[in-house]
Amino acid sequence: MDRIFHALADATRRDIVARTLRDEHSVSALARLYPMSFAAVQKHVAVLQGAELVTKRRRGREQLVSGNVDTISKAAHVLDQLETLWRGRIDRIGEILADKAT
Amino acid sequence: MSVTDVHKDTETRTMTITAEFAAPVERVWQLWADPRQLERWWGPPTYPATVVDHDLRPGGTVNYLMTGPEGDQPRGYWRVLAVDAPHHLEFEDGFADEAGVPNPDMPTTTIRVALDEQLDGRTRMAIRTAFPSAEAMDQMIAMGMVEGMTEAISQIDDLLGTGAAPA
Repeated sequence: MDRIFHALADATRRDIVARTLRDEHSVSALARLYPMSFAAVQKHVAVLQGAELVTKRRRGREQLVSGNVDTISKAAHVLDQLETLWRGRIDRIGEILADKAT
Repeated sequence: MSVTDVHKDTETRTMTITAEFAAPVERVWQLWADPRQLERWWGPPTYPATVVDHDLRPGGTVNYLMTGPEGDQPRGYWRVLAVDAPHHLEFEDGFADEAGVPNPDMPTTTIRVALDEQLDGRTRMAIRTAFPSAEAMDQMIAMGMVEGMTEAISQIDDLLGTGAAPA
């Protein structure tokens, strides 16, 4: 999926989204997962929050982060991307087979 | 159109696409078995593939890289799980690092290819792509989301760029 390759930019943010899609995590729990400061993780969360990819709520002294998506519809979207990818490949295969010179 | 059927199932995390080609099964198999033919269709036009290693035996590996418009070269690999030429192929497709070593932190998909020659000499190809776990699928979703964010940011950059130079 050529568009996805562009997404590989920031592994930490990608990982935060993947984790918080499955379970709510506190910022401090997330901070323990990565070799960086609490403040750095908080900054990543703020970027994701600004893009509405995660939501944050308070529980006492904790800040809890959740992936802000309907997982099923996103899952359907990923399968749609796979379909697009393979339709492109099948089209190219068809062209190669139609090219009698090869 | 050569695609005859598409089936998607979010529960089993699979996408199955079926196509028919006006060619005998051995010819279609060559598109998988010959690395020079494989690289003509595996990558999209914006990311053409170069197949570096191609060992299409159970346990074997296919290593490839794709060259992007900015010269970026993401790498991927296949780990071959099953082969029965010219009808069946199953492999894990994943991302690799710059040295071509599989990156275990990136999601993989399992791809099963079934080729069947029909009575009229045409070949039916069914491709089933599956995410092996909910985690792998979530990772791919997250990648797509970060990608969307990157695109949004570059669009803003474009707007700012054009806005600064009115005709």
